[in-house]
Amino acid sequence: MTKRRWLQGLLLMILVALGIFAYQTRQVSHAGGSITAVGSTALQPLVEAAGEQYTADHLGTFINVQGGGTGTGLSQIQEGAVQIGDSDLFAAEQKGIRAKGLVDHRVAVVGITPIVNRKNGITHLTTKQLTAVFTGQATNWKQVGGKDLPIVLINRAQGSGTRATFEQFGIAGHQAKTAQEQDSSGMVRQIVQTTPGAISYVAFSYVTKAVQAVSLNGVAPTEANVVTNRWKIWSYEHLYTKGQPTGLTKDFIAYVQSPTIQKTLVRQLGYLSPSQMHVERDVNGQVTPIGGTRS
Amino acid sequence: MTKSPEQLEQELKRRSKAAKLEIWGRVVSFSALILIVAVVVAIIGFVASKGIATFTTNHVNLWDFLSGKNWNPSLTDAHGKPEVGALSMIVGSFLITILSAIVATPFAIGTAVFMNEISPNRGAKILQPVTELLVGIPSVVYGFIGLSVVVPFTRSVFGGSGFGILSGTCVLFVMILPTVTSMSADALRAVPRYYREASLALGATQWQTIYKVVLRAATPGLMTAVVFGMARAFGEALAVQMVIGNAALMPHSLVDPAATLTSVLTTGIGNTVMGSLQNNALWSLALVLLLMSLVFNLIIRLIGRKGRLQ
Repeated sequence: MTKRRWLQGLLLMILVALGIFAYQTRQVSHAGGSITAVGSTALQPLVEAAGEQYTADHLGTFINVQGGGTGTGLSQIQEGAVQIGDSDLFAAEQKGIRAKGLVDHRVAVVGITPIVNRKNGITHLTTKQLTAVFTGQATNWKQVGGKDLPIVLINRAQGSGTRATFEQFGIAGHQAKTAQEQDSSGMVRQIVQTTPGAISYVAFSYVTKAVQAVSLNGVAPTEANVVTNRWKIWSYEHLYTKGQPTGLTKDFIAYVQSPTIQKTLVRQLGYLSPSQMHVERDVNGQVTPIGGTRS
Repeated sequence: MTKSPEQLEQELKRRSKAAKLEIWGRVVSFSALILIVAVVVAIIGFVASKGIATFTTNHVNLWDFLSGKNWNPSLTDAHGKPEVGALSMIVGSFLITILSAIVATPFAIGTAVFMNEISPNRGAKILQPVTELLVGIPSVVYGFIGLSVVVPFTRSVFGGSGFGILSGTCVLFVMILPTVTSMSADALRAVPRYYREASLALGATQWQTIYKVVLRAATPGLMTAVVFGMARAFGEALAVQMVIGNAALMPHSLVDPAATLTSVLTTGIGNTVMGSLQNNALWSLALVLLLMSLVFNLIIRLIGRKGRLQ
């Protein structure tokens, strides 16, 4: 009997604690101080870190950040279910999205590079060779100057923003051959690192010494080359809003685009800042140099 | 102090504490039941309505969907139809399920026999907790072990990239083993004691008793155990996704990368837009999965009914 009493008491205490917690969070969301950002997992670390900093500076606000993928982010923002949709792609590039009505806020630039297993004996390729590898015309590394080793292709999942960027700018718009598909960059790196003959592509921030980044047409995958568009495989990271942002959404996006965040978090997390770029690229892949004051 | 007759009458007519508790209990369990039924119906309805959209709103031919070998929902083929052939994934799912069941069954039944018939003491003390422990390991851990141990092993022994149905089978084998083992043990435990006694009294050895009497009598239960394991294998997503390679190609050998329904679903769903063909096609895969699990349930029912001891 006493044990039961004790249990009942514990249950009551838990209920009371939960009630208080719910009441407090209700207060926060009631104050209109909470927004949700959903989408691209490539952009998620930046939005999360910026959100934390913003919340710390502005008490009573809360930035709720979720992954789910570019497709999820764009469809949720299109339906108005969230305040911010994170995307690796221009909204117009994603099938099923009506880009009109969505407002684009570019917050970062990400460079993407092919990576290979260190045993392949490859450090540089031409675009033609890379295309041959990814379309299945070359099946052995010795056909493109490597060792006698079968090529193991690893793609990102269909619809992935990284994959779309790589296919458009890395292999000249060709469709990669159906092969292994993985749904995260971390997984891709792990597999390339341990599988002889493997090749895939990741954002610069995922490149470590354990894998070999590949130079293309004599251009090394460095940030300096991305800035001038000599390295062509890069994309913007977008925050999309439905219509012009207002209130906290507007403040938060301005915060992410502010020089403080662009010079600290964006750089620390392995992205480039759009303000560093010497060129601008539009939705059709058209590149134009931008003048003005550059540091 | 004596009570007046009116007071007594009132007291006797009032519902007792036990009766109130009874009603309360009924209300709670009945509402729980209604809630669960509603949830199940809602889930089936939702998946079905989404899954059918591929065929109704996007006008994909059902037969093309089930028999096509090219899975590329964002592209269209030479005839301008979207490439949504799910056959390679359906084959992958079935291959991996059947193979892992074939591998796991002898081990599971052997363990169950040891636990119940040969050494009940040690079985209860060591094997039971060990098999139950295996259930508690999250599937991502199985997947990671598969990725860092099984995949390199199959690569070095059998060649290929290491990703494929063989690795998937190895991982699933361990994952369904506890389910099949514990259910087989239950089935053996349910065989009445006098069957064994009668068999031994007729002069049969222990092995003969096990083989000819106990296993025979427990067959329907054992089959149910295997089908349950298969249902689990069919629906497993994460661990398989990490080792199978997720290539939507018809499997030509056990060491080629392949894909299952679940692995394509989990990798793809985040990158598609709600309501688009790509998204609907994935829901159709989910519908196929749901229907298959219904079929598995049906099989379990049938086996249970047909094989019941008379």
